[in-house]
Amino acid sequence: MSDWRPCASLGMLRDRAELLAIIRKFFSERQVLEVDTPALASAANPDASIESIKAAAGSDTEPLFLQTSPEFFMKRLLCAGSGSIYQLCHVFRNDEQGRNHNPEFTMLEWYRTGFGMFDLIDEVEALMSLLIPAIDKPATRITYHALFEQTTGVDLRSASREEIRALAGEFGIVMPGNHPDEGLVEMIFNIATASWMKQQPAVVVYHFPASQASLAMLSPDDPGLALRFEYYVDGIELANGFQELADPREQRRRFEIENARRRNRGVQTMPIDEHFLAALEHGLPACSGVAAGVDRILMIRNRQPDIASVMAFPFPRA
Amino acid sequence: MATYNTNEFRGGLKIMLDGDPYSIIENEFVKPGKGQAFNRVKVRNLKTGRVIEKTFRSGESVDAADVMDLSLQYLYNDGEYWHFMDPDSFEQYQASKTAVGDTVNWIKEQDLCSVTLWNGHPLSVEAPNFVTLKIVETDPGLKGDTSGGGGKPATLETGAVVRVPLFVQIDEVIKVDTRTGEYVSRAKDE
Repeated sequence: MSDWRPCASLGMLRDRAELLAIIRKFFSERQVLEVDTPALASAANPDASIESIKAAAGSDTEPLFLQTSPEFFMKRLLCAGSGSIYQLCHVFRNDEQGRNHNPEFTMLEWYRTGFGMFDLIDEVEALMSLLIPAIDKPATRITYHALFEQTTGVDLRSASREEIRALAGEFGIVMPGNHPDEGLVEMIFNIATASWMKQQPAVVVYHFPASQASLAMLSPDDPGLALRFEYYVDGIELANGFQELADPREQRRRFEIENARRRNRGVQTMPIDEHFLAALEHGLPACSGVAAGVDRILMIRNRQPDIASVMAFPFPRA
Repeated sequence: MATYNTNEFRGGLKIMLDGDPYSIIENEFVKPGKGQAFNRVKVRNLKTGRVIEKTFRSGESVDAADVMDLSLQYLYNDGEYWHFMDPDSFEQYQASKTAVGDTVNWIKEQDLCSVTLWNGHPLSVEAPNFVTLKIVETDPGLKGDTSGGGGKPATLETGAVVRVPLFVQIDEVIKVDTRTGEYVSRAKDE
C-alpha cells in the first residue's frame, strides 16, 4: 500500500498547528474559556438534514452516537453558569464526503453570553481576518431574502409554490416524480448565489427564513425571520451562527418536527436529548453561538482546492 | 428498470434525463452545514454531445440509461448506414450518419471502434486513438528538406486531410492521432 502517507504536506500540518495556536490566543485574550465535551453520547441531533454515526456500545445497551456538533453539551455548560466558552473538537457526520466534506472534521464552536447576533458577527469577522490574511476588507452583509431576490429575481416571501418549482427548473434542479418541495429553496439559494459569492471578499448572510431557523431564536420584530447567519469566503460556508433559542418548549417542538420529517422520509428518528432540554428548563443565559469549520478555514487560508489537502488522513486514507 | 442513487454518482455513469441518455462527467457533493444536501453534476447528452449542469437532491434515484460500450469491427458503408460487427458474437449493428459523425474521417474496413449502444442501437462511434492510413494525394516535398518545418496538406484514403511534414510522400502510410487530427509519424513497417 502506497497511501499510508499523510495527504497534507508537513508544511500544511505545521500551518494547521499555527492556526490552532492563533485561535487559542484569540479566545484567551478575550477571556473565553476553552472546554472539552464528549464526542460520544446517548443522544443525537434530530436535525433531518444531518446524519449521526451510530456506535454500538455493549450488546444489551442503547446505541450511542458520535456527535455532529458539541452544541448540546456546550449549552448545558452555559446553563450551569460557565460564561462564554469555546471548543476545538472533532465532529462526525455520516454520508458527507466531497471536495469540501470529510465525515470527520475539526470544528471550532463558541458561545458568547450577552452577545446579540450582530455582536457575534463582528467577532466572527475579527477572527476570520486574523486566520485568513487575504480577507482585507469587511464582509458584504446581506439578508437571506435580499440575496435570494437579487440573484433569482423572485421575492421569496410572496412567491407561490409554483413559482418556486418553476425557478428550480430554471436552475437545473431535477425533480423526478413526486419530488417534495422540502429543500428546494435551499438548493436554489446555493446555486443562484454561488457566482456572486465568489466575487465578494467575504459574505455574511443573515436573517434566514424561519423555516430554516434550526436552533436560532426568531426575530422579536418579525417572526418570519430567524436570528441565524452564515459566513462565506469564496462561496464556501465557513461558519453558521445563531442568537440562541432558549425556550425549552419551542426547542422540544422543533426536535419533534425534525423527527417527524425523519419518519416521513423513512429514516431513523433520533433520541431527544432530555439532559439538554432539562438544562434549558433551568435557564440558558441570553447568548449567541457559532460553529466554524477549521479544515475549510485552513484550506482557504492556503488556497487549496479541496479539504483533503489540509487533512493528515482524510477518507479514504483514514 | 435499473436506477442509480445519487450516492452512486461518479464520472462515466450513464443516466436518463428528459428521455435522453446522458453520461456523468463530474459530480460534486454539496451540503450546507444545516440544510439540504445535493449533488451538482455536469452531464453530457450522448445524442447531441451537449454538456449541461444539473442538480439532484441527495438520496434521490435516477433511471439508469441502458448504454454500453462495445469494441466492434467496422465492416462497410452501404451508402446510408455504417455496418459494424461484434468480433466475438458476430452480431452486426448498423450505425446512422449522426452516430458515426466525424469518425468517418478516420476509419477503414476491419478497424476496431468503440461503439456506444443505447437500447441496443449505436448511438456514437469512436475511432481508435491512433490509426494508420495511406496518403492518396499530396504535393511532392521540396528536395533536401528532411525536417518538415512548415508541413503541407495530405489527403488520406478515408478522405480526411491532415498536415504532414514536407518529406512525406504519396502512397506512404502514416500514423494519425484521431483526437486531434494530427500527424504523429510515418507508420513503421509492420
